[in-house]
Amino acid sequence: MTRVMAQLAMVMNLDKCIGCHTCSVTCKQAWTNRAGTEYVWFNNVETRPGQGYPRTYEDQEKWKGGWELNRRGRLQLKAGGRLRKLLTIFANPLMPSIGDYYEPWTYDYDRLFSAPVTEDTPVARPRSLITGEPTKIKWSANWDDDLAGAPELAPADPVLKKVSDQVKLEFERAFMFYLPRICEHCLNPSCVASCPSGAMYKRSEDGIVLVDQDRCRGWRMCVTGCPYKKVYFNHRTGKAEKCTFCYPRVEVGIPTVCSETCVGRLRYIGLILYDADRVAEAASVKDEKALYEAQKSVMLDPRDPEVIAAARASGIPEDWLEAARRSPIHKLIFDYGVALPLHPEYRTMPMVWYIPPLSPVVDVLRETGHDGEQAGNLFGAIDALRIPIGYLAELFSAGDPEPVRAVLRKLAAMRSFMRGINLGGERDESIPAAVGLKPEQIEEMYRLLAIAPYAERYVIPKAHAEEGARLEELATGCSLDYDGGPGMGGPFGEASGLPAPVAVENFHALKERQETDDLDRASELRGRVNLLNWDGKGTPDGLFPKRKDKS
Amino acid sequence: MSRIDGPVSDALLGLGRHLRRGEVSPDLRTLHQIGGRQGDVFYRDRWSHDKVVRSTHGVNCTGSCSWKVYVKDGIITWEAQQTDYPSVGDDRPEYEPRGCPRGAAFSWYTYSPTRVRYPYARGVLVEMYRETKARLGDPVAAWAEITTDPVKRRRYQEVRGRGGLVRVSWAEAAEIVAAAHVHTIKTYGPDRVAGFSPIPAMSMVSHAVGARFVSLLGGTMLSFYDWYADLPVASPQVFGDQTDVPESADWWDASYLMLWGSNVPVTRTPDAHYMAEARYRGQKVVVMAPDYNDAAKFADEWLSPHPGTDGALAMAMGHVILKEFFVERETPRFLDYVKRYTDLPFLVRLREHDGGAYVPDKFLTSADLGEEGEEAAFKTVLLDSRDGEPVVPGGSLGFRFSAEGEGRWNLDLGEVDPALSLSGQGEAVPVVLPRFDAPGNGAMRRGVPARRVNGHLVTTVFDLMLAQYGVARDGLPGEWPSGYDDPAQPYTPAWQEAITSVPADAAARIAREFARNAEESGGRSMIILGAGTNHWFHSDTMYRAFLALVTLTGCQGVNGGGWAHYVGQEKCRPVTGWAQMASGLDWSRPPRQMIGTAYWYLHSDQWRYDEHTADVAASPLGGGAFTGRTSADLLAQSARLGWMPSYPTFGRNPLDLADEAEQAGQEAAPYVVEQVRAGRLGFACEDPDAPENWPRVLTVWRANLLGSSAKGNEFFLRHLLGASDAVRAEENGPDRRPDDVTWRDEAPRGKLDLLLSLDFRMTSTTLFSDIVLPAATWYEKHDLSSTDMHPFVHAFTPAIDPPWQTRTDFAAFHTIARAFSDLARTHLGVRKDVVAVPLLHDTPDELATPHGRVHDWRETGEEPVPGRTFPKIVVVERDYGAVADKLAALGPLAERLGATTKGVTFDVAAEVERLGRVIGTVRGGAADGRPSLATDVAMCETILALSGTTNGRLAAQGFATLARRTGTDLGGLADEHRRITFADTQSRPTPVITSPEWSGSETGGRRYSAFTINVEHRKPWHTLTGRQHFYLDHDWMQEAGEALPVYRPPLNTAALAAGPGGEDGIVVRYLTPHSKWSIHSEYQDNLLMLTLSRGGPTIWMSPADAARAGIHDNDWVEAVNRNGVVVARAVVSHRMPTGTVYMYHAQERVVDVPKSETSGRRGGIHNSLTRLLIKPTHLIGGYAQLSFAFNYLGPTGHQRDEVTVIRRRAQEVDY
Repeated sequence: MTRVMAQLAMVMNLDKCIGCHTCSVTCKQAWTNRAGTEYVWFNNVETRPGQGYPRTYEDQEKWKGGWELNRRGRLQLKAGGRLRKLLTIFANPLMPSIGDYYEPWTYDYDRLFSAPVTEDTPVARPRSLITGEPTKIKWSANWDDDLAGAPELAPADPVLKKVSDQVKLEFERAFMFYLPRICEHCLNPSCVASCPSGAMYKRSEDGIVLVDQDRCRGWRMCVTGCPYKKVYFNHRTGKAEKCTFCYPRVEVGIPTVCSETCVGRLRYIGLILYDADRVAEAASVKDEKALYEAQKSVMLDPRDPEVIAAARASGIPEDWLEAARRSPIHKLIFDYGVALPLHPEYRTMPMVWYIPPLSPVVDVLRETGHDGEQAGNLFGAIDALRIPIGYLAELFSAGDPEPVRAVLRKLAAMRSFMRGINLGGERDESIPAAVGLKPEQIEEMYRLLAIAPYAERYVIPKAHAEEGARLEELATGCSLDYDGGPGMGGPFGEASGLPAPVAVENFHALKERQETDDLDRASELRGRVNLLNWDGKGTPDGLFPKRKDKS
Repeated sequence: MSRIDGPVSDALLGLGRHLRRGEVSPDLRTLHQIGGRQGDVFYRDRWSHDKVVRSTHGVNCTGSCSWKVYVKDGIITWEAQQTDYPSVGDDRPEYEPRGCPRGAAFSWYTYSPTRVRYPYARGVLVEMYRETKARLGDPVAAWAEITTDPVKRRRYQEVRGRGGLVRVSWAEAAEIVAAAHVHTIKTYGPDRVAGFSPIPAMSMVSHAVGARFVSLLGGTMLSFYDWYADLPVASPQVFGDQTDVPESADWWDASYLMLWGSNVPVTRTPDAHYMAEARYRGQKVVVMAPDYNDAAKFADEWLSPHPGTDGALAMAMGHVILKEFFVERETPRFLDYVKRYTDLPFLVRLREHDGGAYVPDKFLTSADLGEEGEEAAFKTVLLDSRDGEPVVPGGSLGFRFSAEGEGRWNLDLGEVDPALSLSGQGEAVPVVLPRFDAPGNGAMRRGVPARRVNGHLVTTVFDLMLAQYGVARDGLPGEWPSGYDDPAQPYTPAWQEAITSVPADAAARIAREFARNAEESGGRSMIILGAGTNHWFHSDTMYRAFLALVTLTGCQGVNGGGWAHYVGQEKCRPVTGWAQMASGLDWSRPPRQMIGTAYWYLHSDQWRYDEHTADVAASPLGGGAFTGRTSADLLAQSARLGWMPSYPTFGRNPLDLADEAEQAGQEAAPYVVEQVRAGRLGFACEDPDAPENWPRVLTVWRANLLGSSAKGNEFFLRHLLGASDAVRAEENGPDRRPDDVTWRDEAPRGKLDLLLSLDFRMTSTTLFSDIVLPAATWYEKHDLSSTDMHPFVHAFTPAIDPPWQTRTDFAAFHTIARAFSDLARTHLGVRKDVVAVPLLHDTPDELATPHGRVHDWRETGEEPVPGRTFPKIVVVERDYGAVADKLAALGPLAERLGATTKGVTFDVAAEVERLGRVIGTVRGGAADGRPSLATDVAMCETILALSGTTNGRLAAQGFATLARRTGTDLGGLADEHRRITFADTQSRPTPVITSPEWSGSETGGRRYSAFTINVEHRKPWHTLTGRQHFYLDHDWMQEAGEALPVYRPPLNTAALAAGPGGEDGIVVRYLTPHSKWSIHSEYQDNLLMLTLSRGGPTIWMSPADAARAGIHDNDWVEAVNRNGVVVARAVVSHRMPTGTVYMYHAQERVVDVPKSETSGRRGGIHNSLTRLLIKPTHLIGGYAQLSFAFNYLGPTGHQRDEVTVIRRRAQEVDY
């Protein structure tokens, strides 16, 4: 019947997110605190309403990410058909500039030691990591955190624009929530489809979307193609890089860094089985509001005998099937129906889903003597929460408020039902019934969301390393000449210069950089060695930055 | 099958895809690849590492999170959280993973350009030192010359903080430091040496080793919990306890949670999930915060009272609870609780006041009933409702220390049913009570039922509470609110609405819900309190109003209920062992421990600028004890009465004082008393600007005084250091100067001879230090960590050895001690030291002041009595040549005198013996044969062995000791046979053992909540009545009008209303709440945190204020007031309330601070706009729970009652 594939997926419960950014920092420390990726956050957290990172990335009229349906109802990349993409490969105007991310900087920390006796206290002033010049900081990776600058900045939030008639940015009606984001590892990844080099791929066994660092030629069509802007350009290596779903960790059964370090305990990792042959069809349904259901329809029930048989036929190992049956992701999407996809209208079939957040009731309700503990009141209050349902709907259901409302009602019902038990009262079965759940389902959901045991948050089957022989790839060695080769003028955007030659950053470079007094030595990495054919082993001469004391 | 795009591109793509193996989807839409991992080997390489080491962060937060530190090739690469915490139980969320973005960014410091790698010293000082030493041949003589020659002194002091640091060797640095200490001790006295290092719990050994060194010298250790304004003074007032709170996992047990001035996601990041998760269990969450903050996002409701008015809201909620749950309907659970566990049924005498009305006076005591003896005045009385007869129940202070009290210090009431009210029993009399809600203050006239007992007219605390809160009952005289909607009478919901802006209905409803939940859930209503309510001048009054809510509703001492005060990190769980180490109690007692706020207030000369007199705290009904007096006067009074400690103590070197007494052939105590009476000897605090009374040497480690906690920062720079400053205030004129404290016309500039700091990063403190020693980081040493947020201890373990020339604090202080002892052997030898000791909490000193009636011998002309109306005088022998030896060994007083915590003395002889075997003994020297403390691991082991929480044998012994006093059964609380070793704490966070060192129980794996032992085992609180106090009858509490819970507004409301005040810009309230991107000043300079925020100092403000001042988001602004100047960039946000700006704590001058237009100098830190004020009632001592203990009671260094002018400045800035 169907061609069953397995996908590692994530759900984040925004209702629990405290916006602390621990995920961002641990991810950055582990993966991207190196030259060329200073501005790169595989994981970032956005305060909403807000512009996001890079700013206004959700404005696809501007950035042309993702897919759209053409006049014939067929999927095409929003940035233009494949042919056009190939023909315009040397000029890709649809890329955020460094200013849209932010210009990374450091400080003259050494002044704090080296200043001679002066008139005033020494200070470390900021310097651009791009130009090395003193700078006034005007934007950062998280500039509008906690509604910072919101009166001036939030009106440009593309999501807010769609519901601006429902929202006033004033103290009395203030609302916010946090949106942590990683790569969506989509079922229908527009970045992969955008890559002219065939360097991007989706791993067969677990669906993780990766950039082959050997093959990437730095065209950056993937940056444009990804509507979530989760593919980044390393301006040192001239390669694209992106969230890897921490495959070196998940392959051995450890959760991603961002998940395991999430102190809000709001991330879940598990498998989804899906019908690979039906992805394009589902991504092509006409009505954007139907895309949420369409995507669900592609995902398979891991307990269905037919699915199990087909999965076996597709070569999925037994332990993976067991993991799929225990998947918290499947439970949250299907059994409890509380997780929703982020921007299904991009038609990429994203695989990082979200539980939308509850929020305080607005004052008007409080003044009426509303009692937030009573189930009936809670249901009534869903539409009086500070976070407008319309805003959430623009994020998670292509503007359809019903799926969001249904989720919020379930969360409210869980709270109300469990309060009764907490206070030793009767189990009021009318409460789950009102939201279409059985009492034991609510209790199971409560266990997964509230108790959230480690072993149930993360159900990650290990990679089958014994299949290693199958994992060899054909070496093509088809290398476009890089040094001085086809470039698009700098690291970012239309006006970018030539891509910098490759200098593979690794642990030793990290060590060098961290051991020097001076952070702003990135230029030393420039132009010293071309490592296109380096196998990643050993330490050939010139591979690492020169030691300062020897130079 | 659906197809995509068009055929031509399909063909092109299809071709491309044939170049690689893999599986292209038939629609060419996507490429699946099997394996092919070579191209991604980089990520695998990067993930590889050699080892993972468990450690934690010794920062002043309550996280105490366990971390994995990754190491490759001997280099720390990054960190991630451990997840293997002990389980909290099978029906609740676990602690894992614990952590925050700040901790996750810590490894950046290890190799960062702001890492202090070598010892540094002020260049001009080193030059002069080398020259002088070469000439004089002696380090001490060299130091003496430099610091006493006014020109040389000025030369190095005036360049403090202005660069010019040079590298020196460890040997030379240690020699200079040693010489400074020797010279100071010899010339001015050991109490002129001070150490500042806060929060032992965040790294106990690193704290203890330095404090031990200072204490062995006879130097002064400065308090921090009160200085940081984290001490809620209401806690000792109400509970007789420093602070004791539930762990975060106990939030889960609460079914109603109020977050009051506490932004849990930001300040308790690793614990916030319990709040989020408990909601799923049906917990209702209400957030009170002036801004729409990170916590409000989680709330069911958000109330935004105006900053500093929270007390009014709490009082109104108390009004509702008293009315609906005590008067209109008597709630059995609440009544039973308050009769047993609070002072509400106790009798208070009424004293006649003007116009036939009465004022509440003192507790009726057994002495009033005719009992003889010292203790009788400390046995409080209630009426038995069965027969109306007075009863003296056990448990009050009078039973705590006396022989006849043995076995009776408990809360058993037997058959007695205390009468809560005298309603219907006697006469109805009018009482007058103070109110402070309107300018000019006033009094309200209400009534209570009263009767005579043994000739005394009395009423109950409960009756007084109803009068105070304005809860009317039939037949009582006075003016009462007409209803909740009466805005004129305190403390109705409508009355508070006018003050706080919170709708009256909302206030009443939340109060009702809170109490109803407590009734239904058995006391599981909780209030989490934070710095937003704790850092005000009158925070103690706010807190008493909060505590009334949880105590009236029977929530205190119940899992899931009560107060949860999370401000600061007070809980060093193995407290007994730590205290022995830190204060060197095993070698000499007592240590010198000083109240930090008073110390800095005097020595940064802020008292000379304080525009408030003590009248600011006075009640309109007071007797005039504060009238016309300054805070400095009251400080001096508190010191001379022995209430609060005061170091430096006397206007003379205490070593010389000991010699003088000996020469006079007298004991020290009578000699000192005689000298003082004769006016030949004064207290140093009576003349703090006299050169012989200055602090001379200050060592700061594990702290950043000048970048973080120094309220009135610019005053510190001017007077303590003699550096450049931006103070704008004028000194007080003659009308506002103290009477009892000498005013010198010229205020000294540059009191400190030496500022020494130990740190691993450059801070405002290191920049101003004369010597900076390079410290090991938290990933480079052994140590111990614990917090109040969870009941376990765990270890720091070095992932790498200290790099470059860095040393652990442990090694650094041993280096200094060795250098010191070498010089001291000849320069100082063995001396006697006269130590003045204040009247101490949890000792019989608490009986010094019957009824809290103040007798000042100076005013009465009586003979001062050390230990009652004067500090105790103790002579301590100091062998200065042996300091290094003693530092490195466990001394003999440990087994000889035992170790005492909160009145329970532990016999540790067996532990000392065992330690000798475990950590080895010393051979030779002054500590021959003693257990060796030569390594940090040995000190960790010793701390664990000498504490009940980590040594079950001691815990069980302590409960047995306590049970003899209480006469109740405390058996089975302690896990007698469990003993935690350092290796245990290294392998995994290890749960602690229930011990009498704390008030809660973890027995059987339950979650820690404060006072559960008191409630479940009838163990008294450490207060006058032995119960939780609503009423405080000390003279000064009455003078302040704070005998009962009361609302007091922020100090400067009038200043806010006064408008711009001649400055260009707008006047706003200035608050410094805790930051999302730092833990105090730690991490605020961290590149990762700066990248995630706005990269430098910012001030948050509302759009309306910004518009008024013409400020746009990210504009450079200047904030200016009398205390100093701040330059920062504006963050304009509609989540801010109008009229208030935030400068998040603590943003220092090291990163991106340009010069100010106003001062022409570098802009200041967040504390450049604050200053110190002293609340007189915090100085009370020598009376029951109002008795001093270190970091337990003392004036708080609050900083929120402040306003500033803020304006847009030129956008071009200079550095």
